[in-house]
Amino acid sequence: MSGKHQKVAYYPGCALEGTGHAYNRSTKALGKALGLDLVELKNWNCCGAMEVKNVDPKLQTYLSARNLSIAEEMGFDTVMAPCNGCYHNLKKAEYDLANDEASRDVTERLSSKAGHKTYEAGKVETIHALDWIKDSVGEEGLKARVKNSLKGLKVANYYGCMYTRPRHIFPEKDKGASSESTYKPHFMDDLLAAAGAENVEYPLKTACCGGAHTLSDSDTSTKLVLNLLTTAEACGADVIATECPTCHTGLEMHQMRAEKLFGRKTTVNILYFTQLLGLALGLSARKVGIHENMSESQDLLHEKGLV
Amino acid sequence: MARAEANLMERLDAMIAMPDAALVSAGEPLAEELLTIGETALESWVRSRGETPTDARTEGFRLLALHRQGARGEPSFNACRETCRELVYHRNCVASAKDGADVARRLRLGAMVARHLVLFIDGKLETAGLGEFCCSSRAFRQHEAAHAARTI
Repeated sequence: MSGKHQKVAYYPGCALEGTGHAYNRSTKALGKALGLDLVELKNWNCCGAMEVKNVDPKLQTYLSARNLSIAEEMGFDTVMAPCNGCYHNLKKAEYDLANDEASRDVTERLSSKAGHKTYEAGKVETIHALDWIKDSVGEEGLKARVKNSLKGLKVANYYGCMYTRPRHIFPEKDKGASSESTYKPHFMDDLLAAAGAENVEYPLKTACCGGAHTLSDSDTSTKLVLNLLTTAEACGADVIATECPTCHTGLEMHQMRAEKLFGRKTTVNILYFTQLLGLALGLSARKVGIHENMSESQDLLHEKGLV
Repeated sequence: MARAEANLMERLDAMIAMPDAALVSAGEPLAEELLTIGETALESWVRSRGETPTDARTEGFRLLALHRQGARGEPSFNACRETCRELVYHRNCVASAKDGADVARRLRLGAMVARHLVLFIDGKLETAGLGEFCCSSRAFRQHEAAHAARTI
């Protein structure tokens, strides 16, 4: 174990307290099983997500900066955000505060009004759950801890579009083979392969899940998800591994909706990568929140001897 | 679904359903056709914004230049950047493939990638109120919007 990110601040974000609770549960269980400490931010707030960002991007920067400020006050230099939307927004706030004076002014003004310390860029690094496992335990560390190999499980790794976009807010990516790629992300592939999974080539790993217009234009979201699902099946996948609660929930909901609306039944399973890694480490299905998923995966997990 | 989009989707579905031998025998032309389908979809997006689709090439491909043009001033359009690049990647794999089975697989996957691009752009057009995959509907939509504004 490299020791990097052994103990980090944890920012679950709103989705992980609701529809993405299985991701919250499995992330915490995985950390515990790996001997990693997650300390949840005290009194955290919304990252500003889509709603605030679309109306006032600088207000979103402030909202994310407040969370970074809390992490700093708690004595952390790293905050881990498993949700792609939160991860993206905290990174964007970091970038804006380092490069945009108007964003700094708004953040300073609102922080002062709210009565807390103004966050200054460069004090806290935001990482994703994938970085957290990759940097703290790594593939070799995972291999050594696997009790229930994912051998025989064919996985399409789906990262969604927010994990790598826009490139300029992720200066640590695209720095060579050991860093993450914004063109073809591979951290989830690496970790699941270390746990024994067989990754299939999946050409839509960063394609849009339609999450942004799931309410305003549900049919388009359903069609986009159906294409993600059928392509994964064409690639031979048993499972689509996810690392974003919005994508995950969208895949699950629209898988059902596609069957009702278009009569297209797909059988590929949808699981968080943290659930798969937890199962590989010998955690029970309940501990990693399989029962909290909307889609059914027990049959496959039984068949593969994972539960 | 608008006619233009339906035509593209029908063609892609037909390509996915083609037998391996037919895909292999027409490998490179079909790979080029996938790029053309992607370009047609991107042209719709660019035209609906009142611009003329570029004939320029980025990294040797008009598809990538059109994507760049479509994303100018619209960062969320970059959500289909890698989809466009995957399409080029599959085209390149087909062009350099020596194994027939790989050609058929690549073309089918390429068609699925192209389908995602068409669906994504259709969704963007709808959400932006710019039309339904047909630039000719834009004027109609604008009239509709102006009428709604007057009656509020």
